[in-house]
Amino acid sequence: MTHLVLAVEAGAPELVSGGFFAQWAGIMLVAPFVAFLLIVFLGKRLKYLGAEFAIGAMALNLVWASILFVQNMSHGIFREENFEIASIGMFDGRALVFELGWVVDGLSIMMYFVVAFVGLLVFIYAVGYMHGDVRVTWFFASLSLFAGSMLILVGSPNLIQLIIGWEGVGLASYLLIGHYWEQKENSSAAMKAFYTNKVADVGLILGAILLGLAIGDFSFAAINEAAANHAEPLEAVAFAGGLLLFFGAMGKSAQFPLHIWLPDAMAGPTPVSALMHAATMVTAGIYLMARTFPVYQDLVGGEAARQWMVPIGVITLFAMGLLALVADDIKKVLAYSTVSQLGYMMTAVAAGGYTAGLFHLFTHAFFKALLFLGAGSVIHAVHSNNMSDMGGLRKEMPRTFWTFVIGSLSLAGIIPLAGFFSKDEILATLDHEGYQAFMWVAIAGAFVTAFYMTRAVALTFFGSYKGHGHPHESPALMTVPLVALAVPSVIAGFLNIPGVEFGGFGNFTTWVGARVVAMGDHHPEAIDWTLAAYGLTAGGLGILIGWLLYGKDAETQLARDRFEIPVLYPLLRQKYYMDHLALGMVGFTKGPAARAVDWVNTYVLDGIVNGVGGGVRLMGRFVYGGLDQRGIDMFFNGVSAGADSAGLALRRLQTGRVQQYAMGFVVGALVLVLAIAVFN
Amino acid sequence: MELFESGWGLTLIVFLPLVGALVNMAIPKTNETAVKQWSLFVAVVTFALSLLLVVNFDYGAGDRFQFEMNETWISAIGANFHLGVDGISLPLLVLSTFVMVLAIIYSWDHWEEPHNPRGFLSLMLILATGMNGTFLALDLVLFFIFFEVVLLPMYFMIGIWGDKSKRRIPGFSKEVETRLYASIKFFLFTLFGSAFMLLGFLALYFKSGDFGPRTFDIPELIELGTSGAFSGTFAFLVFGAMFLGFAVKVPMWPFHTWLPDAHTAAPTVGSVLLAAILLKLGSYAFIRISIPILPQEAENWAPAIAVLSVIGIIYGSLACLAQTDMKRLIAFSSVGHMGFVMLGISTLTDVGINAAIIGMVAHGLITGLLFFLAGSMSHRYHTREMSRLGGNQKLMPVMGAILAFTAFASLGLPGLAGFWGEFMSLLGAYNPLESLRAEYLGLFRTAMVLGAIGTVLTAGYMLWMLQKVNLGEPGEEWVGHEFHDADRYELTAWVPLMVLIVVIGFYPNVVFGATTDAVVSLVNTAFGEGAATTAAVTDVLGS
Repeated sequence: MTHLVLAVEAGAPELVSGGFFAQWAGIMLVAPFVAFLLIVFLGKRLKYLGAEFAIGAMALNLVWASILFVQNMSHGIFREENFEIASIGMFDGRALVFELGWVVDGLSIMMYFVVAFVGLLVFIYAVGYMHGDVRVTWFFASLSLFAGSMLILVGSPNLIQLIIGWEGVGLASYLLIGHYWEQKENSSAAMKAFYTNKVADVGLILGAILLGLAIGDFSFAAINEAAANHAEPLEAVAFAGGLLLFFGAMGKSAQFPLHIWLPDAMAGPTPVSALMHAATMVTAGIYLMARTFPVYQDLVGGEAARQWMVPIGVITLFAMGLLALVADDIKKVLAYSTVSQLGYMMTAVAAGGYTAGLFHLFTHAFFKALLFLGAGSVIHAVHSNNMSDMGGLRKEMPRTFWTFVIGSLSLAGIIPLAGFFSKDEILATLDHEGYQAFMWVAIAGAFVTAFYMTRAVALTFFGSYKGHGHPHESPALMTVPLVALAVPSVIAGFLNIPGVEFGGFGNFTTWVGARVVAMGDHHPEAIDWTLAAYGLTAGGLGILIGWLLYGKDAETQLARDRFEIPVLYPLLRQKYYMDHLALGMVGFTKGPAARAVDWVNTYVLDGIVNGVGGGVRLMGRFVYGGLDQRGIDMFFNGVSAGADSAGLALRRLQTGRVQQYAMGFVVGALVLVLAIAVFN
Repeated sequence: MELFESGWGLTLIVFLPLVGALVNMAIPKTNETAVKQWSLFVAVVTFALSLLLVVNFDYGAGDRFQFEMNETWISAIGANFHLGVDGISLPLLVLSTFVMVLAIIYSWDHWEEPHNPRGFLSLMLILATGMNGTFLALDLVLFFIFFEVVLLPMYFMIGIWGDKSKRRIPGFSKEVETRLYASIKFFLFTLFGSAFMLLGFLALYFKSGDFGPRTFDIPELIELGTSGAFSGTFAFLVFGAMFLGFAVKVPMWPFHTWLPDAHTAAPTVGSVLLAAILLKLGSYAFIRISIPILPQEAENWAPAIAVLSVIGIIYGSLACLAQTDMKRLIAFSSVGHMGFVMLGISTLTDVGINAAIIGMVAHGLITGLLFFLAGSMSHRYHTREMSRLGGNQKLMPVMGAILAFTAFASLGLPGLAGFWGEFMSLLGAYNPLESLRAEYLGLFRTAMVLGAIGTVLTAGYMLWMLQKVNLGEPGEEWVGHEFHDADRYELTAWVPLMVLIVVIGFYPNVVFGATTDAVVSLVNTAFGEGAATTAAVTDVLGS
């Protein structure tokens, strides 16, 4: 295992602090929020109902991020700006503070670029897709809210700001999944997404507490540096803290069994699925693992935690891919595919492949966004999500068809498209780190991937049209972004061919490696063609078998869409019964548990209160009689009379009695005090 | 500023509302506009004075009482008229004067039967005197009086303007009018606690005589307490007595059952003031009185308080899920939220107590706003049953949006005010006071985990309420109804709250700038120099 060291000590090229664009990178984080406010207050008056502001902010971001991206190629940039927002107490003789700010380094620059690039294209696409929608303005406001929160997340120099962005994107996700909240299933899907993530966030928050309070600093730079130096306090919490952070990442990045929200999230409009639930938001968990990579790499506890993380990633990549085989809804196919690909990324990062995981994140963002937008284009044309309502669309929708095929091939890992290179790197990582068994599962997963994508392409674009009306190709506003995403889906892989550096500009590995703590994961010298051959064979077989089953004899392809294999088919159709499990847990909390508490409250606690009240009332009658005989009633009556004159309403409220109780308590208290004073 | 240096500034902040209430009585009952304008004027001046206080406050010395007034009052028992403000009371005082202004603006157009604005506004102003006085009092007798003054106006507000429906209550043979049951329960329950509290105060007074002249003065008692004057069974019982008084007011589980009834039955403004300010009197008293005067006992009681707090968090959230009445759900949510406040206090750390203060401020803003909204909605729908509501977002988009915003603030969305109190109280529970760690580290860390699970349940009932009330299609019975969306009085009262929720969410130093020094000094004074600066226990299990 390569241990990490501070970049400077390792003799890595010195990091520069960047210029104007690094110093003011925070403008990228703020711009979408400005757009949000402008859209909410002015959007309805504009021609495109506020999309102008959203697109403007994203365009600015893309220019800004591209400049940083290029600058980072020649010199690794590291720059942090921090502003204290809270000084909450003392820690080890110094102030414990929360800060906001931004970090500009290889990792964040890559994320800025992906968010801005995919974001801008999706926003443009959405202008066409959402044309005539009931609340376009609010849609773009929510999208801007998402973009801003996502940038706050990836630009965060510390765990606190990350949590703010993290739940901010969760909120945006809730708003956008529930965009058509008139239907209950949509608002339920939105709730499910937010809620599942909230469960996972318990891990994130507790993990942040463990790691942050180990060293009294929540900043990633401090935590990573402490990890690289094997700081004892951090080592002590690394296992628990590492697993807790990972639990948070499992929610956002839809790792089994917390993946259940993502397929339901497809209730949102398709541009939302493309941007948030495929390209950017769901990668936040992978990003978090990469951001805190030294904790997992350099600390014994962190490494132990990774041994639990790898299997979860592997289960996710394989089992979730199978679910894509039986889905009829084209968005569900892509959703399960996304979960499966997130499994690949998580497996890679957990196995120690910092670059491999991030590189797959990078390429996946392009081709999966492309596939979702392509699916949206089809859905827009046939007014249905179901592939049983599609078929034969390659003639009517040629641009959508060709770009969709490119995306599918890239996803299936076919050489020389982007997905081939990034998936190959994951296989190489598993091989090198000694996870051979898991590597074979990943190769099997590549077969499944190619198979379900071939099925989707065949059912959608080949055979005969089974829907209603006459579908047409989508307008240029929608097809141009498709083409623009197809380009990186083809060529992005070239950015990280092992052993190939672009002159003095390095490659993807060196770009995302520009960090305070140098990322010392394994970099092969050249492509391992044996491994590549396994992967390609698996992908090719998947396409071949898929095509044989669905491509030929197009008229009857639907009939063969149901291999009702006993046990397996129902298991897959019921999604491994994970939803049932989750619903059961929620049902128990809302049902028996909540009712039991309510019962205790009404009959036990209030029963005691009412009982005591009644008892005191009886006692009051008795005492009243007793006191009356002794003539002290004058005193009480005086008090009551005084209160009576204060307001007529008092009488209706049985004033006298309240006053008596009050006096009773005070007198009793005085007696007890005297007793204490005497006995002391 | 001379006004404050002389000590008269604080006195004015306390008594101006009371004078205003008296002047109200001189205005003819029929001249409602004059009554409203005068009351608003008084509240605004009080608020402006508290802002002047904010400007003149010496933040470099936030740990000292500033702008004190200390005059002999009842010389026979040594009770003084002693007021003062420090970094801990400052934010709460400003919250109190601020919410009062908003409450009066809101009530401008919203009067529950039997109307009578003069009576209602006068009660509100008397309430303001009680609340401001409680936050500023530095003498136990004075504190007790202000603490109790609060009871009467609220009792009348609930009893007269409250919910007139009748309902069956277990243990009663007949149906009971909700407002009667709620107001009497509120009054007696609190008084029950107060009696014990007074008992504790008097015991401290008599005991202090062993070390010099008897005193009710809080700073003097703190000095005695931190030098170890109060100890043993005596101190244990005194802490317990005061605990009962404060815990009922907070309210802590299991002394909370007056709260859902009182909040639900109270008129809108009454619920707002109850939630925003009144609940804070109890938790403030823990910080101001219990901890510094009886620090050793605070350590003894802390684990019990932590346990009750966590029960409150989980129990309150589960109870919310069982509610069908929107206002009652919001009321129950306070049990959980105040559980986080008390969990923070129970850690006896600077971080935990800071968490409690910002939690109080945030809860005041957020739950206050939620009750405003619940009131405005039931005013329009004439029902609070969530099964009948639905599609509110469609019928009243602005109000729906504000409700959604507030619900997310309430469930502790990071970036909004509610997050910090929850998060920091968990932070505090991870590393409680050093002297608690030996025996109770496991307990506090379990409390942290359960508290974190509580945040999930909180999200559960808030989202559930939003779905029931805000989303979906409006029910059949509302078809054809004209609903007027939020009016200008409502927006004037609500928008400032929303702005503050965002501002504190992104820049909590608004509160911590005043509190941190005071809290650190409090912890160091109570538990020994350096108590606030001890490093963390690094081992997760603390072994």
